[in-house]
Amino acid sequence: MARNVSTQRKLITTAAAWTIGILIFFPILWTFLTSFKTEAQAIASPPTFLFFDWTVENYFEVQSRSDYFKHFMNSVVISFGSTLLGLLIAIPSAWAMAFAPAKRTKDVLMWMLSTKMMPPVGVLVPLYLMFRNTGLLDTRAGLVMVLTLINLPIIVWMLYTYFKEIPGEILEAARMDGASLAKEIIYVLTPMAIPGIASTLLLNIILAWNEAFWTLNLSAARAAPLTAFIASYSSPEGLFYAKLSAASTMAIAPILILGWFSQKQLVRGLTFGAVK
Amino acid sequence: MGSITLKNVSKAFGAHAVIPSIDLDIDDGEFVVFVGPSGCGKSTLLRLIAGLEDVSGGEIVIDGKNATDLPPAKRGLSMVFQSYALYPHMSVRGNIAFPLKMMGEDKAVIDKKVADAARVLNLTDYLDRKPRQLSGGQRQRVAIGRAIVRQPEAFLFDEPLSNLDAALRVNMRLEISQLHQQLKTTMIYVTHDQVEAMTMADKIVVLNRGRIEQVGSPLELYHRPDNLFVAGFIGSPKMNFVSGAPAAMHQAHTIGVRPEHLVLSKERGTWRGTVGVAEHLGSDTFLHVNADGIGTMTARVSGDFAVTHGDQVFLTPDPQRVHRFDETGMAIR
Amino acid sequence: MATLHTRSAARLMMAPSVLLLLAWMIVPLSMTIYFSLLRYNLLMPGMEEFAGLSNYTYFLTDPAFFQAIFNTLAIVLGVLFITVVGGIGLALLLDQPMFGQGIVRILVIAPFLIMPTVAALVWKNMFMNPVNGIFAWLAKLFGLQPFDFLANAPLFSIILIVAWQWLPFATLILLTALQSLDEEQKEAAQMDGAGALSRFIYLILPHLSRAITVVILIQTIFLLSVFAEILVTTNGGPGTQSTNLTFLVYAQALLQFDVGGASAGGIIAVILANIVAFFLMRMIGKTLEA
Repeated sequence: MARNVSTQRKLITTAAAWTIGILIFFPILWTFLTSFKTEAQAIASPPTFLFFDWTVENYFEVQSRSDYFKHFMNSVVISFGSTLLGLLIAIPSAWAMAFAPAKRTKDVLMWMLSTKMMPPVGVLVPLYLMFRNTGLLDTRAGLVMVLTLINLPIIVWMLYTYFKEIPGEILEAARMDGASLAKEIIYVLTPMAIPGIASTLLLNIILAWNEAFWTLNLSAARAAPLTAFIASYSSPEGLFYAKLSAASTMAIAPILILGWFSQKQLVRGLTFGAVK
Repeated sequence: MGSITLKNVSKAFGAHAVIPSIDLDIDDGEFVVFVGPSGCGKSTLLRLIAGLEDVSGGEIVIDGKNATDLPPAKRGLSMVFQSYALYPHMSVRGNIAFPLKMMGEDKAVIDKKVADAARVLNLTDYLDRKPRQLSGGQRQRVAIGRAIVRQPEAFLFDEPLSNLDAALRVNMRLEISQLHQQLKTTMIYVTHDQVEAMTMADKIVVLNRGRIEQVGSPLELYHRPDNLFVAGFIGSPKMNFVSGAPAAMHQAHTIGVRPEHLVLSKERGTWRGTVGVAEHLGSDTFLHVNADGIGTMTARVSGDFAVTHGDQVFLTPDPQRVHRFDETGMAIR
Repeated sequence: MATLHTRSAARLMMAPSVLLLLAWMIVPLSMTIYFSLLRYNLLMPGMEEFAGLSNYTYFLTDPAFFQAIFNTLAIVLGVLFITVVGGIGLALLLDQPMFGQGIVRILVIAPFLIMPTVAALVWKNMFMNPVNGIFAWLAKLFGLQPFDFLANAPLFSIILIVAWQWLPFATLILLTALQSLDEEQKEAAQMDGAGALSRFIYLILPHLSRAITVVILIQTIFLLSVFAEILVTTNGGPGTQSTNLTFLVYAQALLQFDVGGASAGGIIAVILANIVAFFLMRMIGKTLEA
């Protein structure tokens, strides 16, 4: 009897969870489906779900209209570049905070995090002017710099929480074994923290990929990543749902696939190491 | 060689003096055990010697050279940690080879030394495993292997057996003692377990609240404790202490009698009491006796002395084995 | 617990990130303060002059400014409310045994991975559009008049879109926390006769408090400066109905080229954010210490 009840309950839970899951996912699914419709079908009422004439026309049109691959490469360079650079700067800092804490370490960490609270608009104007005067405006290097800085506090914080879980005795053992500080970090700490570093890497690539304040304001034609590519579809021109959907699908697909494949790291990364 | 001298060494964390001031000589090849209750500063002292902490004052001399300001790696010491501190991402081979790699040894030399160490420690079959695939005792051996390949001036052990179960602990105790006899290298061993201290040490250093209470061989400490603390800490079950009138009869403030030095009788004796709990170990029986006017005393008697809860017994201290202490707790000799 | 040597190394190793962030904070910020005291318009180069606090008085007396503050807070609080409450519910649901939990989790994560610009455009055009959107079709299906979300309830629509993006984040953090709740504790509570509701109030909710704090902290950081969603949907309008502080300053600077005014707005935004941050950090500091 008891087993029956629990199976029944499991079925109800399953139905509820799947319904909600699909509802949450629906806008993405709908975008994906619409990207294969003709513009007329895209606005048909009632909407057609699966039974329409599938076409890939929209993808070609989007590519010819706004050169998807250039923007894609910009996004890749900017998000990977800023994250890797951030990691390089953050690993030594996080080591110091986790394993040689001083009285003020907690304060420094909180201060770093609080710089994230500073609204970007507060510094938009001078940064825009600085970039304009130094020729960094609309360059990949400029965007990598800015995104490194805005993600740095989160990278430091995440790494710090992961490093804290590594027993200090192991690093002391390395010190006794004759490892210099650099070797201690390269041979012992970093390999041990690989899962945490992977989560940090992943989450920050996603954040950088989707970052849409600085990328929109500091780029124009040359360095514009996918956020800007898609923003150019914000003003409607005739029938454009299918093309918008195709462009959207192309903008989100890479990161969606990356996120799904590394789901485990992503979920751990999402909790910022602060929740176990 | 591996002699270590501490001169007036002190350590404070902020305003809190963990170790007020310690002088100690450790001879080359000696097996020295630091023992004391938790928080007595024994681990801190070991970490000061290792160089993992800075001294607040004083001098540490290793092998005749002042090592006070040297970083850990330059002191020529190896350490086995309480948690073993194995590198989880490296194989057993990688773990043992790590210190040699850090020294920049040749690959061939490393391979040979690792193989030798593995043979000594019975780890040859496990060289390619990761630490998490090993049992507690094997991990312990890997940690020791990592320590011996460097051929250090001295080994430091920080409560290395406390994570093992009781049976394994006895085994490893023996193995470490044998290792010491083979290598004849100085070893400093920290433990809170006085049995480990008694069984392994050439020299025991009893610490309490950052101070050395007494230094001596296990039997010296057992037979001639300097003070109440050492008398109570060394020996199991604990020494019985009696003060007041019975002590005054021995011209002392307090007297101490070890459980094994109490003679039991059902008919007559110095102190009368009732048996509370009798713990039968087979060979011996520990009797917890409520002695009239004195309090609870523990006595160790032969396993075939038949008594049970509630029986009346008489206790007589062996007069040769009564330890006498003055009002400051120091032994009267 | 380390030697002088490691401590000084530690200071050295912290230096790059500390200095970079310090520079990142101080240099542009002091320039912003400087600009905010100037009459400075990019359309009139060479005409810069000291303007005292007039930019501030201009900003602080602008009715749009108060609307923007209200909107900023509405977005933060609205999204936090939806995501925390929805996230707890969803996490409780997903924590139950079910078939295909992994797939459901993939479906639920997805919105977090979506670019804000894409999310906003998809919602705006394909769902909220009063003629061709799915919502309009649904309304007609039930014989109702289609509702023009972005024209009639712009702020609410934006909150909805942003909440959709952040719901996965809240759900996953809370789910992770739920899964770390000791099974034996739940069983002990059951033995003690606690019903589902009292288990939730006395056991689960306190256990989640740390996770909820993290959700609030992280989301507030990002929600205070929602930008792209507004840019591509309403452009702040109609009027200033959906303009938040970030967008207001952006409009002042890059649409009206009024650097002085925008800088003053930026400084005000920084001050307000610091007030929020101060309270938030105190709250977080307490929870994370434990």
